[in-house]
Amino acid sequence: MIRVLVAKPGLDGHDRGAKVIARALRDAGMEVVYTGLHQTPEQVVDAALSEDVDVLALSILSGAHPTLVPRIMELVRQNHMDDVLILLGGIIPEDDVEDMVQAGVAKVFGPGTDTNDIVRFIRERVKDE
Amino acid sequence: MKDLDDLKQGIFQGQKRAIARGLTWIEQGRQEGKLLAQQLFAHAGRAHVIGVTGSPGVGKSTLVNGLTLHLRHGGYKVGIIAVDPSSPFTGGAILGDRIRMQDSVMDQGVFMRSLASRGHLGGLSRATFGALTLLDAAGFDKILIETVGAGQSEVEIMQMAHTTMVVLAPGMGDDIQAIKAGILEIGQVFVVNKADRDGADHTVRSIRSMLGLTSEHPDWMPPIIKTVAEDGRGMEEVSQALFRHHQYLTEHGLLDRFRWTQTEHVIEQAVSDLGERLVRQARSESSWTKRVSAVGEGSDDPDRVAGEIWRHSIQED
Ligand code: B12
Ligand SMILES: Nc1nc2c(ncn2[C@@H]2O[C@H](COP(=O)(O)OP(=O)(O)OP(=O)(O)O)[C@@H](O)[C@H]2O)c(=O)[nH]1
Ligand SMILES: [Mg+2]
Repeated sequence: MIRVLVAKPGLDGHDRGAKVIARALRDAGMEVVYTGLHQTPEQVVDAALSEDVDVLALSILSGAHPTLVPRIMELVRQNHMDDVLILLGGIIPEDDVEDMVQAGVAKVFGPGTDTNDIVRFIRERVKDE
Repeated sequence: MKDLDDLKQGIFQGQKRAIARGLTWIEQGRQEGKLLAQQLFAHAGRAHVIGVTGSPGVGKSTLVNGLTLHLRHGGYKVGIIAVDPSSPFTGGAILGDRIRMQDSVMDQGVFMRSLASRGHLGGLSRATFGALTLLDAAGFDKILIETVGAGQSEVEIMQMAHTTMVVLAPGMGDDIQAIKAGILEIGQVFVVNKADRDGADHTVRSIRSMLGLTSEHPDWMPPIIKTVAEDGRGMEEVSQALFRHHQYLTEHGLLDRFRWTQTEHVIEQAVSDLGERLVRQARSESSWTKRVSAVGEGSDDPDRVAGEIWRHSIQED
């Protein structure tokens, strides 16, 4: 069973995308933990750790990804969660995508993404035991 | 952290990562997880296990959060298991109980895990017993289990929790229905949450009058407590009631009996899991169509077919 945490870090009230993703992954047979809005990086990583998820799916539309994502990645490394697949979606300008990947994000998904592509990407990367 | 002994050490030290991975092993139900649960069993038995059940949206998760904050002030370590339903069609699930628990779970003295029911009926997940054993062995003093919240057929919580807390809220219309449907028998503590809303006293009176009609608990009269889980009102009273119930079980020597019936239940559960596996196996074999046709045409009967499937599986082992 593939387990995913869909998280909304930072002071970002846009939750439609996160909910769309959560439902699409559930419909694809995954178990999705959703923690709601306004999560600190510490809360996001604590939840991912306790829930032992295979995938950490971050949705950020506020523009704060350049500070939030590196902080989350630092905590992920501190907790030795190297086996977790990290995805990012929302409003991420083209120019920032490379930095996000450098920081450790496996792939960035922008507006208009077909949720089937996300499901396929996860299935390719995570072995379902 | 692949190794069983490392994992056990981590669990005894209360490391979140080890606890989390151990729970995954147990949930996956493979040999390594079974072995882990079995080895941890000898280290379990100290925790007070508390069930939290009630209809969807009454405030179970919010109450677990408020109660956890309160118990932490008292210095108790708190483990939380929250079960949500899996889709019967896709097997997927959205596990949303954590949303309401975010104030309490960051603490090092708290561990919270969401479980999907994975087709198990009765408001819990098949992994519940193993998960309880693990959290108990990890040293949590109080373990709170939030059930699915389907409302009616959730008697299994009684087998898993020393104290079952039934949560209701005023103005839910179906209050009395829920009480009639047998929820009365399973509660040792009743909570009327959302007492900031109109009608809480009415709900309390309904429960009280229904309780008056049963003589299920000769020595323990279930208290009925009003709470506002969102701002913490009533948490002191709830935790007092839980302590008193645990003390009652201890003083009347009922904890051993609880453990015995719980173990019986777990074995019964394993037997019915085995039955389900047999059915799946039988369906996947080529003889299945022939068997169905035979029963359908009246040339064979279902009990005989069941016996044959069973004998067939023994030969294979
Ligand atoms: C709807 C909307 C709102 C609604 C939000 C309602 C809600 N509950 O979600 C409201 C009106 C509340 C709102 C408010 C604001 N908004 Co607004 N909003 C939008 C808008 C028009 C659409 C967003 C949306 O819901 N799209 C539909 C969902 C399904 O798409 P999505 O989120 O992009 O998700 C898809 C993909 O990105 C991806 N995805 C998303 N997350 C993830 C995560 C993972 C892991 C993966 C794999 C994929 C993935 O998959 C999804 C499906 O394809 C966008 C503009 C736009 N076209 O994007 C602006 C926009 C996001 N908002 C913006 C702004 C500035 C604001 C406000 C600050 C405005 C203000 N001055 O008050 C406030 C802030 C609110 C807050 N508290 O955070 C800006 C953000 C600018 C920036 N980041 O640089 C945008 C881009 C508009 C703009 N062009 O300026 N907004
Ligand atoms: N007014 C009021 N609202 C409350 C109170 N406690 C919880 N709520 C609200 O009730 C709603 C449901 O709360 P939850 O804690 O998610 O309820 P639940 O029983 O866990 O729900 P499920 O897990 O979906 O069955 C939320 O919007 C809470 O904010 C309370 O004491 N007063
Ligand atoms: Mg809940």
